[in-house]
Amino acid sequence: MFTNVCFCLGLKMVQVAEGCPKHSVLICVLFISGKSKEAEIKRINKELANIRSKFKGDKALDGYSKKKYVCKLLFIFLLGHDIDFGHMEAVNLLSSNRYTEKQIGYLFISVLVNSNSELIRLINNAIKNDLASRNPTFMGLALHCIANVGSREMAEAFAGEIPKILVAGDTMDSVKQSAALCLLRLYRTSPDLVPMGDWTSRVVHLLNDQHLGVVTAATSLITTLAQKNPEEFKTSVSLAVSRLSRIVTSASTDLQDYTYYFVPAPWLSVKLLRLLQCYPPPEDPAVRGRLTECLETILNKAQEPPKSKKVQHSNAKNAVLFEAISLIIHHDSEPNLLVRACNQLGQFLQHRETNLRYLALESMCTLASSEFSHEAVKTHIETVINALKTERDVSVRQRAVDLLYAMCDRSNAQQIVAEMLNYLETADYSIREEIVLKVAILAEKYAVDYTWYVDTILNLIRIAGDYVSEEVWYRVIQIVINRDDVQGYAAKTVFEALQAPACHENLVKVGGYILGEFGNLIAGDPRSSPLIQFNLLHSKFHLCSVPTRALLLSTYIKFVNLFPEIKTTIQDVLRSDSQLKNADVELQQRAVEYLRLSTIASTDILATVLEEMPPFPERESSILAKLKKKKGPGTVTDLEEIKKERSSDMNGSAEPASVNASAVSTPSPSADLLGLGAAPVTNSAPPPSSSGSLLVDVFSDSASAVAPLAPGSDDNFASPDLASSEVVSEEPADTVHDADELFHKFVCKNNGVLFENQLLQIGLKSEFRQNLGRMFIFYGNKTSTQFLNFTPTVICSDDLQSSLNLQTKPVDPTVDGGAQVQQVVNIECVSDFMEAPILNIQFRYGGTFQNLSVKLPITLNKFFQPTEMSSQDFFQRWKQLSNPKQEVQNIFKAKHPMDAEITKAKIIGFGSALLEEVDPNPANFVGAGIIHTKTTQIGCLLRLEPNLQAQMYRLTLRTSKEAVSQRLCELLSEQF
Amino acid sequence: LPFRNFKIIYRRYAGLYFCICVDVTDNNLAYLEAIHNFVEVLNEYFHNVCELDLVFNFYKVYTVVDEMFLAGEIRETSQTKVLKQLLMLQSLE
Repeated sequence: MFTNVCFCLGLKMVQVAEGCPKHSVLICVLFISGKSKEAEIKRINKELANIRSKFKGDKALDGYSKKKYVCKLLFIFLLGHDIDFGHMEAVNLLSSNRYTEKQIGYLFISVLVNSNSELIRLINNAIKNDLASRNPTFMGLALHCIANVGSREMAEAFAGEIPKILVAGDTMDSVKQSAALCLLRLYRTSPDLVPMGDWTSRVVHLLNDQHLGVVTAATSLITTLAQKNPEEFKTSVSLAVSRLSRIVTSASTDLQDYTYYFVPAPWLSVKLLRLLQCYPPPEDPAVRGRLTECLETILNKAQEPPKSKKVQHSNAKNAVLFEAISLIIHHDSEPNLLVRACNQLGQFLQHRETNLRYLALESMCTLASSEFSHEAVKTHIETVINALKTERDVSVRQRAVDLLYAMCDRSNAQQIVAEMLNYLETADYSIREEIVLKVAILAEKYAVDYTWYVDTILNLIRIAGDYVSEEVWYRVIQIVINRDDVQGYAAKTVFEALQAPACHENLVKVGGYILGEFGNLIAGDPRSSPLIQFNLLHSKFHLCSVPTRALLLSTYIKFVNLFPEIKTTIQDVLRSDSQLKNADVELQQRAVEYLRLSTIASTDILATVLEEMPPFPERESSILAKLKKKKGPGTVTDLEEIKKERSSDMNGSAEPASVNASAVSTPSPSADLLGLGAAPVTNSAPPPSSSGSLLVDVFSDSASAVAPLAPGSDDNFASPDLASSEVVSEEPADTVHDADELFHKFVCKNNGVLFENQLLQIGLKSEFRQNLGRMFIFYGNKTSTQFLNFTPTVICSDDLQSSLNLQTKPVDPTVDGGAQVQQVVNIECVSDFMEAPILNIQFRYGGTFQNLSVKLPITLNKFFQPTEMSSQDFFQRWKQLSNPKQEVQNIFKAKHPMDAEITKAKIIGFGSALLEEVDPNPANFVGAGIIHTKTTQIGCLLRLEPNLQAQMYRLTLRTSKEAVSQRLCELLSEQF
Repeated sequence: LPFRNFKIIYRRYAGLYFCICVDVTDNNLAYLEAIHNFVEVLNEYFHNVCELDLVFNFYKVYTVVDEMFLAGEIRETSQTKVLKQLLMLQSLE
């Protein structure tokens, strides 16, 4: 179902010259010339001016010249220039009785639709006339126009009409075809407007039509309809089967026109097979038998020698074959067919055609997941591995990796993982990260022997350290800590690996962590005595980035506990100027605190504080979550694009520091927020005992420890002061926020903690684009007991309901202790609004019933799209909005320090564009943007004038709507 | 067969690329051949089609597209039928 067909022509400069048509057909005469872009634009502007004057001229143009000019406009538009007139003339052409004039008119309308309601009414009128004209050519044009535009207005006007045309007995075949597809288009754009009725049963019978073109069109329509209303179209199954069997058994000449390179009606077959995939295998044994017969025939045909050497023949044949195989996979009930399909694909794996190899690998991936054919797929393992090594096309290799991943099980895991590791060394950069994830998952999932697992992962880091994401090495550490039997081995292996002269920073991280925890297990060996371990790690220290250094410092303090004999050495290191006076606050703080801790605290306290990490509770592996995210509906590359897009979105809206934090946790927001937090070394956290644990997790994720992405960026978290309180309490210092204050924080940012008390923490992530948005709400249970009857509801007041559309998915009513659940809210802004929706949460904790409400920070400014404009433009528009009702001004005292950079970040976070060098006074801030709602778009201009002496601001907002100015001003005033 | 959010199936004829954007789940080969079928029709219609034919007669190309693909679906696959219809339309001009 493609959405568009386009021609990419290698056009150079094309000029429109004054047309002197010889035949009525040749309207535009064009020269391809090498002249400059400017010359082209000049030429076109001249031509546009000419046409404009012709249209405006007093004497009425005759149909022919009108057509000529409209056609020229169209051509100029296709060259990539904007056309903003001529619609009226085009509409006039519609009512002409001449085919060519009508055609150009329709073409213009289809290509350059305009939402002008008056125009739409005229167009609809013309279409209505043509539909009623009973002239098949005109009807066809009208239907094509509806199908190409497919707007809601058209759906409203014609959804009732078209089914009648479709099933009327006297309609021409070609009109029927168009009508069927036209209806399909309308159904796709506005399903609610297409009434189901008695025409549906008659549509199904079109499958029996004599004319195969009608059948082709009808099949598309029925397939789409059947996906939504399987019951109503059930009868189509048997008809489709019989049609299909008639096609596949026909001799290649029977269908005449519809035979394509000796393949009978390939497209229709594909469509029929696709229709059948909307339904389970037919229940009626006769139909079922017939279908199986068809599928067998198709498989048999694949074995026959080709009837033509042409690639078109084999392509068409294989198109049908692949569709048949997907039907077989979809039914997943005939072991026999599945195995045959698999063998057929196996043959394709070595085919000359790259396309075929690619498709074969792709289909096999789905086959591997069926229990019947899993074994059969496995027999091709050698070929697939070979493909990995020898294949030239990168996308094919990528599929091969996918297939290996899909066919992996306990019996062949070691082989496959080894092959993937091999391949990784030479793999394309674009797919390395995904392979790393896959290897990590397979190694973990099928590890019988955990020493193998540790080896594999270390290898992985060695080969492709740059592509090993945080999740992967967190996971290794989790597993090592949870399994006593590998700890000694792991310590020994990382120790050996660290001895390599150049090792990847990720290895240093894993090494530092593991030695810090289990270094004692190998300390008995003189070759890895405590001092040697320490020196080894410290030799890497200077080469590492700040996060790794922070981790290493934690390792050192753990060494103090594990090996009292090297305590003084470590203290010396900590005391050295490079640590104590380190420019990085995090490192400096750690050094100071650890040094104090090691001098003041008694051995007992040290032992408690620096005890081994407790086993991690088993959760879904965070890496798996990441891969799942990557796999998503599309492919890796495009997801990565999306990811990039998103993070750049956030760049625009959140303050830079927290962008890092959110970019890391973007994949699978919920699992990671906790999954990440679980792994890093919290700086000497005592065994998380009870209610604090969740908090500690989140805390260590965002503020400190291994991944100090943004120390202090999120002001909900304060760094703990180790030196002053001997027992570490990691309670965020300022948890008690006034709810409103928190709410205002979200005006300029999209992610963070919305609410927190002793029991519950609510986190938010949200993204907005134009008038749509999506918000993920995370509810974290901070206690160790279950919440029962957990029901969050989003409440909109009556006013709000009409202007804001919210859809929420229900969440699981029980939330386990320490667990987190996620809820998605889809948001659509219909028109501008004032209030914020309320999130009400009710649950039972222990015996008591809890009920709390917080405002959800969905505010009008979230639907901002920034607009860049020049100083001149700005002031021109500013003056246009000079009506006193459009302006709102507020003068207020600054609540926060008046820092220009922070203010800029806030204005950008607010959603508008920050316009530099617009205001003559450089101290002032100027912004512009458009608020998108479903019904309208509202342009907004803002100006913020700080007065440093008085610590005051003056904020002025001008928008085209009074209420909007008012609301935005309120929201923004709270920010400074 | 490169991919984006949907996927793009393309085929190259000398200097011309014909691209079709389809859902990821759609049948690749079928649409690949649909392009070829389309090109054959163009070829027949314009008698040895070349780039300039398409540029000059862009409105005719639109007609051909409309005959063969509509609402994002394949409408008619029979070359003879399409051509017959096209010639009929041309005679109206």
